[in-house]
Amino acid sequence: MKITNEIINKHGIKPHEFKKIISLIQKEPNILELGIFSAMWNEHCSYKSSKKYLRTLPTNNKKVIQGPGENAGVIDIEDDDALVFKIESHNHPSYIEPYQGAATGVGGILRDIFTMGARPIAILNSIHFGSHKHIKTKNLLNGVVSGIGGYGNCVGIPTVGGEVKFDDSYNENILVNAMAVGLAKKNKIFYSKAQGINQPVIYVGSKTGRDGIHGASMASAEFDDNTEEKKPTVQVGDPFTEKLLLEACLELMKDDSIIAIQDMGAAGLTSSSVEMASKGDLGIEINLNNIPCREKNMTPYEMMLSETQERMLLILNSGKEEKAKKIFNKWGLDFSIIGKTTNSRNLVLNFNDKEVANLPLSSLSINAPVYDRKWKKNENQKKVNMQKNFKSFKILDSFKKILISPNNSEKSWVWEQYDSTVMADTVQKPGGDSGVVRIHGKNKGIALTVDSSAHYCLANPLMGGKQVVCEAWRNLIAVGSNPIAITNCLNFGNPEKDKIMGQFVETIDGISQACTYLDFPVVSGNVSFYNETKNKAIAPTPTIGAAGLIKNLNYMMTKNIKEIGSHILVIGKTLGHLYQSEFFREVLFFKDGPPPEVNLFNEKNNGYAIQTLIAKKLVNSAHDISSGGILLALTEMCISGKIGAKIKIPNDNISIHEYLFGEDQSRYLVEINEKNIKEATNILKKNSVYYEIIGKTQKDKLNVDKEFDIKLSDLSKLNSFWFKNYFKEN
Amino acid sequence: MKSAVIVFPGSNCDRDVAVALEKFHIKNQMVWHNETELPKCDLIILPGGFSYGDYLRTGCIASKSRIINAVIKHEKNGGLILGICNGFQILIETGLLPGVLLRNKKLRFLSKNVFLKALNINNHFCLYYKQKKVIELPIAHNEGSYFANSNLLQNLEDNNLIAFKYCDQKGNIISDANPNGSSNNIAGILNNKKNVLGMMPHPERLIDPILSGEDGSLMFKSLFNSPT
Repeated sequence: MKITNEIINKHGIKPHEFKKIISLIQKEPNILELGIFSAMWNEHCSYKSSKKYLRTLPTNNKKVIQGPGENAGVIDIEDDDALVFKIESHNHPSYIEPYQGAATGVGGILRDIFTMGARPIAILNSIHFGSHKHIKTKNLLNGVVSGIGGYGNCVGIPTVGGEVKFDDSYNENILVNAMAVGLAKKNKIFYSKAQGINQPVIYVGSKTGRDGIHGASMASAEFDDNTEEKKPTVQVGDPFTEKLLLEACLELMKDDSIIAIQDMGAAGLTSSSVEMASKGDLGIEINLNNIPCREKNMTPYEMMLSETQERMLLILNSGKEEKAKKIFNKWGLDFSIIGKTTNSRNLVLNFNDKEVANLPLSSLSINAPVYDRKWKKNENQKKVNMQKNFKSFKILDSFKKILISPNNSEKSWVWEQYDSTVMADTVQKPGGDSGVVRIHGKNKGIALTVDSSAHYCLANPLMGGKQVVCEAWRNLIAVGSNPIAITNCLNFGNPEKDKIMGQFVETIDGISQACTYLDFPVVSGNVSFYNETKNKAIAPTPTIGAAGLIKNLNYMMTKNIKEIGSHILVIGKTLGHLYQSEFFREVLFFKDGPPPEVNLFNEKNNGYAIQTLIAKKLVNSAHDISSGGILLALTEMCISGKIGAKIKIPNDNISIHEYLFGEDQSRYLVEINEKNIKEATNILKKNSVYYEIIGKTQKDKLNVDKEFDIKLSDLSKLNSFWFKNYFKEN
Repeated sequence: MKSAVIVFPGSNCDRDVAVALEKFHIKNQMVWHNETELPKCDLIILPGGFSYGDYLRTGCIASKSRIINAVIKHEKNGGLILGICNGFQILIETGLLPGVLLRNKKLRFLSKNVFLKALNINNHFCLYYKQKKVIELPIAHNEGSYFANSNLLQNLEDNNLIAFKYCDQKGNIISDANPNGSSNNIAGILNNKKNVLGMMPHPERLIDPILSGEDGSLMFKSLFNSPT
């Protein structure tokens, strides 16, 4: 087949990139080789636009066992236990085919975890949809949620946390970010680096079909009017096979048969074989006739670019083939020796006794393009005078509007579709500040959260980047854990545009500053660019997944109010920042202005103070104050504890709206008993932590100053109204 | 008391059940679906999960698996069988329990804690629920809506074969407390000989105060202390 400009273009390769290919391999590539380049050089696999900036993130401290660059990050959680985790996007496929797109997103991230030798113990997700009024939203929401559930529930891993958000900017580019977390022994981590020559290369798992061909390239381009035509590029998931693959891999990992292992994710067999061999500075030779195929007459091109799910590539210690085969056969999975490692440093593919491709691996990995894209500083949003506009709004009426808005509604409609209790170690289910899972057989636990705040990032990417890291940190603190590390999923528009690239650069800077200050390294992650349709990009959406350790679960904290008659304290200073708040957005429909400032010193200091209070057992309940402000946070604490509260605004420097709805950062609400209040406030004073005692808990009513007095059950009904109404389940 | 947990490809609550059995001193062995014989045991547990990927129909392929003849024989000899969630679906497909399990009324997967009332405590599984007015256990299923025709329902009611019904927090058996649309709020049933129990809720998931409850423990305590 003649390689024409049209074919090159269809493969997403720019003319100057094609020239670079020729100079790297000293020949004109054939169609298979071109396909391999397109799979390896696209944005999704090569990180060519983001690499330069990702390198600036803090990725190390003494708890990090493996940072970015492997299938997942690994951290030390003491007692020889290691936690393996990563977050990944599956945005483009989920928009085209929501159920399968979301399901295979979960499948892919789970494989990243058990590839490392870890048994997955938790799943989380962050999903963003367009306006609820948009024609596609209901179907997408329904499909994505059932897809996530359909996959995770079947594999039998609990979903313990997540977030669901709606905004116009996702109307034609939804986001589906899935995070998985696994547990391994510190000295039994498996990596993807090939070692030794003439070692057998093994294919295991599902048979290769024609699904998902060019999936990674699809995720590296904007959508247009022909998006529907891309349906065949979406893979189809089979969670049953995943469960078998998981058990088979973990069984084989009990001894030393495996040298290296890599899942066949984006760009399938191509990227897995290239990555394993190039990491080991070796060559790899594959006989494509040995690939288990689902369909007849599959071409080498299709085999190399298929993204059929539930497949793994292994390099075994030679001599272990029979033993491994027995295990995979027991689980009813394909097992085929497809090639060997060589010292050629080339990727060599043979088919029907002919060499069909031969490429230097360096041309696909270290010599792949890296771009220093042009970027423009963001025009950050400024304050405008809003004072007189909002004071006439009644507090209770405004609050009701916030409570029934899709973004602030209680989300049990969503998370009840995810099995949250399988494995019988879920200590905190979705709905709290963080999910908490117990380390099996021990009395310690892991706190997990995912967070994003896209409208803060849109208004000011630097501040937004800082804020979202702090938000995750705070959510971990609030359940009594010690934050350890994060994984990030960076969802942006087209990086070839300087404005979008600017959002990316500044967001990374913000994340980097916060992570460095809080000693909260980034151990894994993923970048998703081109979330853009017909020139309209999503709001910059960095999603942070974070993990913390609770050494003794008896010290775990929850948000539900425990007792009548205890004190309610606001920890941290309330300045009344209303720009970008839920009050401005949902009640005034005003979306401009800067996000709240993040003061990293206060963040850390307030967080440490909360940790001290929890460690001394002085706190009954705690909750992070985030979007919606004090009033929403307090209401959530009351509803979940079925106990009310009576509060007074403690100062008159700011208006009642600003006090109750302001979204100033680094704040918590805590409930403290009368007998502990003195000791607790002494600790806060000693540590220079600003606090205010705003009221006391009481029976089943929420009473706010002179503003309102309302039954909790009424608030609860409002808060759980939206989803059921949207899906007509009332 | 000795038990055997049958592990099908796609079972995913097998470990959780094994942990619970061990905690309550029931000596357990795991049995792979491809076996044809059972170890000597008093109790068989068919665990939750998605046996054979739920393909064809939940529990259907498992009801034709190699081990299943031994399970049926065990029942004939009066041995105890507990089917939880997918295990309940398998018991129905095998014919060891009557009725069918349909998709949940709202046609979506449902994972939450529910309240139950034990209606028959005079059996090996439920003895310890005697003192318990309301039981709290998690459910997690897509096909848990128990359906039976009116004759069968009458038979179950008349012969006291309904082990558990969904109820509200106060113990009232009302339709608002029915999570999945089951006939008569049925959450679990016994066979005529009362040696087979099938139930949708998961007792093995609530055997620890730190997991917000111990109501599942009572079932394992009942089994441990039942005469063998």
